Amino acid sequence: MHTPRRTRRTLAAATGAAAALALLTACTGTPQGGGDDGSAEGKDVTITFWHGWSQDNETKAIDANIAAFQKLHPNIHVKVVGNIADDKSEQALRAGGADAPDVVSSFTTDNVGKFCSAKVWADLTPFLKKDGIDPARTFPAAMLSYSGYRGNQCSLPLLGDAYGLYYNKTAFAAAGITAPPKTFGEFEADAVKLTTAQGDGYKQLGFMPNYHGYESTPSHFLGQYGAGYFGQDGRSDIASDPRVAAMFAWQKGLADKLGGFEKLEKYRTGFGDEFSAKNPFTTGQVAMAIDGEWRTASLAEDKPAFEWATAPFPVPDDQAATYGRGYQTGTIIGIANGSRKQTAAWQLVKYLTTDTDAVVGFANAIHNVPSTFAALDSPKLDADANFRTFLAIAKNPNSSTTPASVNGGAYQVSLQNLGYEYESGRLTDLKAGLTATAKEIDAAIDQAK
Amino acid sequence: MALLDTPRPAALRRKRRREAVRTLAFLSPWLIGFGLFFAYPLVSTAYFSFMKYDGFTAPTFNGLKNWTYLFEHYPFFWQGLRNTLWLVAVMVTLRVAFGLGVGVLITKVKTGAGFFRTAFYLPYLAPPVAATMAFAFLLNPGTGPVNHLLGELGLPQPGWFTDPDWSKPALTLLAMWGIGDLMVIFMAALLDVPKEQYEAAELDGAGPWQRFRFVTLPNITPIVLFAVVTGVIQTMQYYTQAIVAGKVASGVIGGSGQQFEPGYPHGSTWTLPQMVYNLGFQRFDTGTACAAALVLFAISMAFTALLLRRGSGLVED
Repeated sequence: MHTPRRTRRTLAAATGAAAALALLTACTGTPQGGGDDGSAEGKDVTITFWHGWSQDNETKAIDANIAAFQKLHPNIHVKVVGNIADDKSEQALRAGGADAPDVVSSFTTDNVGKFCSAKVWADLTPFLKKDGIDPARTFPAAMLSYSGYRGNQCSLPLLGDAYGLYYNKTAFAAAGITAPPKTFGEFEADAVKLTTAQGDGYKQLGFMPNYHGYESTPSHFLGQYGAGYFGQDGRSDIASDPRVAAMFAWQKGLADKLGGFEKLEKYRTGFGDEFSAKNPFTTGQVAMAIDGEWRTASLAEDKPAFEWATAPFPVPDDQAATYGRGYQTGTIIGIANGSRKQTAAWQLVKYLTTDTDAVVGFANAIHNVPSTFAALDSPKLDADANFRTFLAIAKNPNSSTTPASVNGGAYQVSLQNLGYEYESGRLTDLKAGLTATAKEIDAAIDQAK
Repeated sequence: MALLDTPRPAALRRKRRREAVRTLAFLSPWLIGFGLFFAYPLVSTAYFSFMKYDGFTAPTFNGLKNWTYLFEHYPFFWQGLRNTLWLVAVMVTLRVAFGLGVGVLITKVKTGAGFFRTAFYLPYLAPPVAATMAFAFLLNPGTGPVNHLLGELGLPQPGWFTDPDWSKPALTLLAMWGIGDLMVIFMAALLDVPKEQYEAAELDGAGPWQRFRFVTLPNITPIVLFAVVTGVIQTMQYYTQAIVAGKVASGVIGGSGQQFEPGYPHGSTWTLPQMVYNLGFQRFDTGTACAAALVLFAISMAFTALLLRRGSGLVED
């Protein structure tokens, strides 16, 4: 039978298209893991743990914890791979396969929403229940919040970062300021007092409010207001939450009092690298800064030419009772959903995140905030008065974080962009800007759902 | 009889088939590469652009939703398109003009030509990340030597990579600094222009500009066209320098609560390839990232086709 040429061509095209589609669909989808790996019964199991730490003190601390874990679980062998960027582990989890990691940690909490909702990381709730661990009694609320998404606890906090105020005690004394400010009203007055002009710049700036001033970001400031970003329905509430508009207005007002955006921005370009001895607080270019607990270690090492101290960052005057709160984030750790050694992997995750000695030892080694209540109160914690400020912020029930979202940190980018437009004067109608940004955030989340 | 010597149709068909198979066999390395690294990715990109796909879970068909989101709701699309077109129009034009100018000058230099060739070519060898970081430090408005010098001379001191009005011109300066590739191909083309034509033009009384306009340019038009087409394609893929300049100038490392501003400052260095990365790997929206990649592909193709069509009339056989 002769098939007409046209029909043959159509058949060939259809076969080609079907083959292409089959190929395309074959390479997608998250591999499913789980099952019993036999480690509970003493079977030898080797798991792979990917993390991002790379400094000597960090990898030594991780290796020490792994060695201690393997002493407790001699049948579970851990292959540790360090210095893995988030992008790389994300790609490995997309691809799956035998070489993919079983346990993964991430320095950013932004991707938790996607990792949980797409089931890239396994829900740890059944493991926590089985071992009788109550997350709410074990981990501070903000840390628990950033490590889960809508009831799916697909990661746990592995040390945290808390943000507070660093202040130059020598400059305070010279300006006649006797105590760190507790409210924004006091803070503004101190920032102005501490500012000394020089030419068209500054000899010393009280505080750098511009959003590119390293850690002075909208999200970190909003932590002092306790903003939630989303309503109960999951829609952006930044246009209706008065705290958000208040924060933007406060920041712009402060910038104006200190010389205005342009002048501050020009001064900012003279700052050295944030994570170096040229940090503007370390060099004395700014007298106050918002920063994380890690700066205590850097300052101890860099030995600036002045006395310094820490305190919780001030709060809005109408929320004075919440003084002591701060923004929190941290490192998270989870189990790859595709792992077939989840029982052994859970033992490692449980040890690293809930064993008080392991958490304290790691926190002491890398100068981060411990991530369990027990570790925060541990007498073994190597903490001076300046570091204890951040322990108190981490324990404070009013401390908050940026919630997990299904499309990562996209909503924070939108809000930051609004901040840049408003602080620079390119946008003058804040209300309209907030409404448009809320719409932008909702459209992006709808697209990602 | 000649008629009897003519192969019969069946034999002719066999011969033609054998020739076709032989041709395909010779072409197969290219065909396999083309299929694996161009056709398959292109087909899959088109396929995923109509899918809801986050890179983790199985894709599901969602019609034109990715496309409407890209054009109507994604906040950075039009800005990325405007910036990319600006760079194509300004950066490509200035690079080609500057590369040609340097090529012309160096071919005319009598002494020290080797030194100048090396001096202009070396920057092209600098890794883009290192070169961009060096430029960001040199042009830092607060501490950079360039603005210090401008200040000493009483000239205005631009914000360069921190000012949205100056960031793209600063990137263009960086691109012009690395014109070593264009200089080399233009020099080769210029040295290939027959000397007799210049001599004849001189005898006819043509000045330097007329010799360039009526002798040099017609001879090197195919090379200029090549430089423009490859320049447009490279600029449509412009990513590294823009993102490094933005990151270094903003000083932001990035992380939870401290996001890097796309296209710092104020989106002025945001380009279409950054948009593809942002959608696919930061927002986990592989479907829309594929739609964006197709837009990028279509624009590149349109530019290339237009340039080749318009340029073919200028190239003499």
